[in-house]
Amino acid sequence: MSDSAESPTETQRDESSSQQSPADTGDTGASEEKKKIDVLLKAVGDTPIMKTKKWAVERGRTVQSLAQFISRFLKLEPSEQLFIYVNQSFAPSPDQEVGVLFECFGSDGKLVLHYCKSQAWG
Amino acid sequence: MTLPTPIIMADDKDVLRDVWFGRIPTCFMLYPDEVTEREAEPFYLLLPRVSYLTLVTDKVKKHFLKVVKAEDVEEMWFEYEGTPLKWHYPIGVLFDLHASNTALPWSVTVHFKDFPERDLLHCPSSSVIEAHFMSSIKEADALKHKGQVINDMQKKDHKQLWMGLQNDKFDQFWAMNRKLMEYPTEEGGFRYIPFRIYQTLSDRPFIQKLFRPVSPEGHVLTLGDLLKEMVPAAIYEPKKYQVVIHGIEPLLETPIQWLSEHLSHPDNFLHICIVPAPND
Repeated sequence: MSDSAESPTETQRDESSSQQSPADTGDTGASEEKKKIDVLLKAVGDTPIMKTKKWAVERGRTVQSLAQFISRFLKLEPSEQLFIYVNQSFAPSPDQEVGVLFECFGSDGKLVLHYCKSQAWG
Repeated sequence: MTLPTPIIMADDKDVLRDVWFGRIPTCFMLYPDEVTEREAEPFYLLLPRVSYLTLVTDKVKKHFLKVVKAEDVEEMWFEYEGTPLKWHYPIGVLFDLHASNTALPWSVTVHFKDFPERDLLHCPSSSVIEAHFMSSIKEADALKHKGQVINDMQKKDHKQLWMGLQNDKFDQFWAMNRKLMEYPTEEGGFRYIPFRIYQTLSDRPFIQKLFRPVSPEGHVLTLGDLLKEMVPAAIYEPKKYQVVIHGIEPLLETPIQWLSEHLSHPDNFLHICIVPAPND
């Protein structure tokens, strides 16, 4: 799968100054800003939390590549798996683009993803 | 639609069966560079369109393992004319996308080495396929019913969907799947239609967006309406493109809700392939 393992392109969002962009309807507009979407990462169970929860992620980035980024961020062992969930219900396919998930399952201008070291939901 | 209902119902049930029992005659051949102890004969199989490559190819594996040197065997993977085949797409989608308008049988190359990490997901066991399949159903139901129908089902109901697919049991699968196809009559359809549009000439995996079956003004939306919004070229340059679902080209006037209920794969997504039209 395509991924830029060595150079994560996420930019950290400063929670205090982060401006909630008006609900992005996902249509038109190809401005630089819109190439990235806001993703909120939440830990499940005993999986370590990330101090920075909100990230701007490129729309074309895959779920797998995002999972690899989180694993590195949390310094997980290579043997440890990381599962990502949408709506606390389903695990999107690793080659799914986060931009697609944002358009279908985002709300209030951001996409909430839960991550877990073990299978959390079915 | 004002056609007499009983006739439609009879026909529609047939459509579900035809979709389920769709088969693709396939010839598996070993990649010539694989080291063998003796010559590998091709292996022929009728592949179910709605299943997954790694779920229905145990026999293929057994066949070729008879001739491949054991120490050279890694995870089996498939390729068609240089394109690695993604096992997590339904077989029918792979065929329509990569091999529409070619002669049958579909000739698929089998590999046991050099797994293309960048193109394919690993599939170490059928539980990986099951997890992928169930996740797809949950994602589809999140679009159709905010996930309420699938979440109301019990674990054994989920298992019934999976076992129905795994064992090719139409009745077992549909006894449960019909619940996922229900919607309030007054709404005229699902909340959103779970669809994916694949294009041969695109570096993006597929298009998936929110699309309702009925317009705000109450008009029934069609396949043509969906394509106009997602891939206008497919509508405005009909000589260049074919719109293929389960190997056929449905009329663009077909209501998208009807297609979603009848031509979706068992994963509950309507998979639509846009391929170049044959030049003849």
